[in-house]
Amino acid sequence: MGIAAMVGTSIKRREDPRLITGQATYVDDIKLLGMLHMAVLRSPYGHARIKSINAEAARKHPGVVAVYTAADLKGAVGNIPIAAPLPGPISEGLGRRGPLAEDKARFYGDPVAVVIAEDRYTARDARDLIEVDYEPLPAAVDVEKAMQPGAPLLYEQYGTNVTMSIHPPTDEIDRAFQQTLADGGVVVKQRIVNQRLAPTAMETRGVVADYRKVDKTLTVWSSSQVPHFLRNYLAEQLGLPQHQVRVIVPEVGGGFGSKLNIYPEEAVISFAAMKIGRPVKWIEDRSENFVATIHGRDQIDDIEVAATRDGKVTGLKVNVISDLGAHLQFFTDVIAIAFTLPMLSGCYDIPVVYGSCDTVLTNKTPTDAYRGAGRPEAAHLVERAIDLVAHELGKDPAEVRRINFVKPDQFPHKMATGAVYDSGNYAGALEKAMQNIDYQSLRAEQAQKRAQGKLMGIGFSSYVEICGFGPKGTIPQGLYESARMRIESSGTVMVYTGSSPHGQGEETTFAQIVSTEFDIPIEDVLIIHGDTDSTPEGRGTYGSRTTAVGGPAIFYAAQRLKEKMKQIAAHMLEANVSDVTLGDAKFSVAGVPQKAVSFKEVAAAANNSNTLHPSIEPGLETTVFWEPTSTTFPFGTHICVVEIDKDTGEAEITRYVAVDDCGRQLNPMIVQGQIHGGITQGIGQAMVEGVVYGEDGQLLTATLTDYAVPIAPELPSYELDSTVTLTPVNPLGVKGVGEAGTIAASAAVAGAVADALGVAHVDMPFTSERLWKIIHQK
Amino acid sequence: MIKTDGGPSMATKREITVTVNGQQHHSQVEPRMLLVHYLRDVLDLTGTHIGCDTSQCGACTVMLNGDAVKACTVLAVQADGSEVTTIEGLAPEGSLHPIQEGFWEKHGLQCGFCTPGMIMASYQLLKNNPNPTEAEIRKGLEGNMCRCTGYQNIVRAVQYAAEQMRTAAAAPVGGGE
Repeated sequence: MGIAAMVGTSIKRREDPRLITGQATYVDDIKLLGMLHMAVLRSPYGHARIKSINAEAARKHPGVVAVYTAADLKGAVGNIPIAAPLPGPISEGLGRRGPLAEDKARFYGDPVAVVIAEDRYTARDARDLIEVDYEPLPAAVDVEKAMQPGAPLLYEQYGTNVTMSIHPPTDEIDRAFQQTLADGGVVVKQRIVNQRLAPTAMETRGVVADYRKVDKTLTVWSSSQVPHFLRNYLAEQLGLPQHQVRVIVPEVGGGFGSKLNIYPEEAVISFAAMKIGRPVKWIEDRSENFVATIHGRDQIDDIEVAATRDGKVTGLKVNVISDLGAHLQFFTDVIAIAFTLPMLSGCYDIPVVYGSCDTVLTNKTPTDAYRGAGRPEAAHLVERAIDLVAHELGKDPAEVRRINFVKPDQFPHKMATGAVYDSGNYAGALEKAMQNIDYQSLRAEQAQKRAQGKLMGIGFSSYVEICGFGPKGTIPQGLYESARMRIESSGTVMVYTGSSPHGQGEETTFAQIVSTEFDIPIEDVLIIHGDTDSTPEGRGTYGSRTTAVGGPAIFYAAQRLKEKMKQIAAHMLEANVSDVTLGDAKFSVAGVPQKAVSFKEVAAAANNSNTLHPSIEPGLETTVFWEPTSTTFPFGTHICVVEIDKDTGEAEITRYVAVDDCGRQLNPMIVQGQIHGGITQGIGQAMVEGVVYGEDGQLLTATLTDYAVPIAPELPSYELDSTVTLTPVNPLGVKGVGEAGTIAASAAVAGAVADALGVAHVDMPFTSERLWKIIHQK
Repeated sequence: MIKTDGGPSMATKREITVTVNGQQHHSQVEPRMLLVHYLRDVLDLTGTHIGCDTSQCGACTVMLNGDAVKACTVLAVQADGSEVTTIEGLAPEGSLHPIQEGFWEKHGLQCGFCTPGMIMASYQLLKNNPNPTEAEIRKGLEGNMCRCTGYQNIVRAVQYAAEQMRTAAAAPVGGGE
């Protein structure tokens, strides 16, 4: 033993050398012979009728090759694809539309026309020459007003902006509340606004499309999380057979869910490349990214929580209003319904949990999956609910959590929401976090500071989330992952994964799985992803599913090839297959260690039909498609300490302690990196981020000056720790970690801020202006 | 000397001479061409990235005559007669600068898009302050955004590099200085 890069060790990432030397290839680094550039003209109005478009001057501008509008795409390019259309008005077409605005622009930034020109500067010059005659219309910006009769309608023919309305009977929750009150308990109400966010990956989106007329093949390079989805839907939109479309996802500069979409520009640029017969590139600029790439969150959650006097929660009632924006992107319609509602129990054994939901179109950029996708909203409101109970009863928030947790021996556990959690030890993570932060001393320090008139607060988030999607039936397309594994005669293991990592480091962790299974050096393993021509169909990277679903596919592929190699080795060693063992890159006979053949010798033999036993088919290659039978539920406790300057209202996070449990950690260094980044995006929402629209639907936060993302001096170093509770859902015992930090963090900060101010609740973001007003109202 | 054409645009072009990573280039460019587009599109040095076009994110940070600048806010013509160092020229081919090593060792990157700019900004930071505290590192990198790492491992990467650069002679640096 000792040569493999074993699972569980923090080896350095294999993808880094190209990234730290500037040698990686992102979409904008691709340069093809004769390549043209596309610029997109976007609506300057939140809601407007398009009366006419005059593109003559743009077409005549030197260097311009073509200008296209919705009229040109008619009959040639299908609607923007959505993954899981819900029954009702959506399946009849509400919220569905083509890639360019036709008749009406429905949000600020709605694409109206594109210019294709010789270079990117010329494309933009010509874009400014297109004249559009708009008739501005009243905009539906406030989501609650958009639900009302008489509100401006985005799609008039449907008579409503509401795509789905779920309101189950309330009898059971009403009874629970009445009983609680009759028994002397409390019911606390709170409106919680989970504000709209912009995912803001550092690399904006970008696409290059190249069509070879002679063999009718379209190649699309896109900064995407979902190469196969993109290939399949693009083929459908363009009316091409799948084999004529190849999608290549090169290096991707962050996604966070925002690149889990089939975007209008991908279809339009493909149409242009096919029509013109030259490759075309489009790179989104940052201000475009703020309007043309999906937003996240944007829920109003009205909650009522009931508890006994000693803090046992007896019921939780939640009404969710989800702001969808102007049309449906890939998962827009289902985020709140499929990911917020099922997680309303949190990690608590609450006897009755009620969720209702309205999903509503407004004149804004579409919302969709942003890191956590519906689960951060659930975790935030559940954790706020527990804090509200603690505040109302004057109890320690840690104590209220402790007495309501599902206990370790109750798993698998069916929650009141119906979700079945796989495994957990919620109290274990809480105790460890409290120990690590020295909770008693911290409360003493707080008392001391309060005595000096200072504002210091401590907040908890004992989160649980759902990830590692599947299982079967979750979406119409199936939600499996895939691995094609080939062992070359040289002994190199080539793994083609259907996952599409873009910063998560799976070129390293996947290779660790293979290295461990075969007990071979990691240098002999190659992980290939992102090209639909070479990788088996997969569902892509999102929902913290890549290691938990893509990993097992690789694990099982290795088992299959290992079995075949054992058979071959048995012939070579003249031994029984059952006596052959693999270790230290050698197949040997149990009990006779000197009788051995190397992994490489077996690989060579397998690939040579002349020397191979005639009963064995030559070659070492297999493809595994694996779909989990259930999801996994990572959890943990985060504790945040905040100090607020009374004079300025400025809040500073002074400590942040996290204990996370994502099951087995294949590479703890990478796990910690994911948690660092996740926490930071949660803190970003809590402290600084927020998309702001004017009443007319103008986006007021369309640059990085106006939309703040966290920068280094605003953040502390986090103190991380973990517990390990394996999941039985997959053979690796891994739960997924990409989103956990984000799902946890906002509630921990919110708890700390409310605690510092001595109030029940404050909505995010905790800007100095907002906090100053609260301090000085008192 | 390498002669290059600044692209197919129709506008009147200007002649510039820029030394990038030790290599002198004479080019014809449009007056409005940004330095970052010149580096990427004309010289094919695509290691310098564009994250915002408006000087907030720092992905395009390069050294211009020894100072870190955001190449999306400098015109190529302003760099006429200057020396520029990009990520490609930070260390001789086949070797890594201690800052690059630090980012690799300490997992200071995930998607890698901000990384070249972050490394160049760290280079400037350590040039000015070879022994920075954590707070000084965080302050020194406030003009560079990273959406993946939460900055914690970037801080550790810079600390690692500072340590290496203090204990050994700094690795040779191409151009720009």
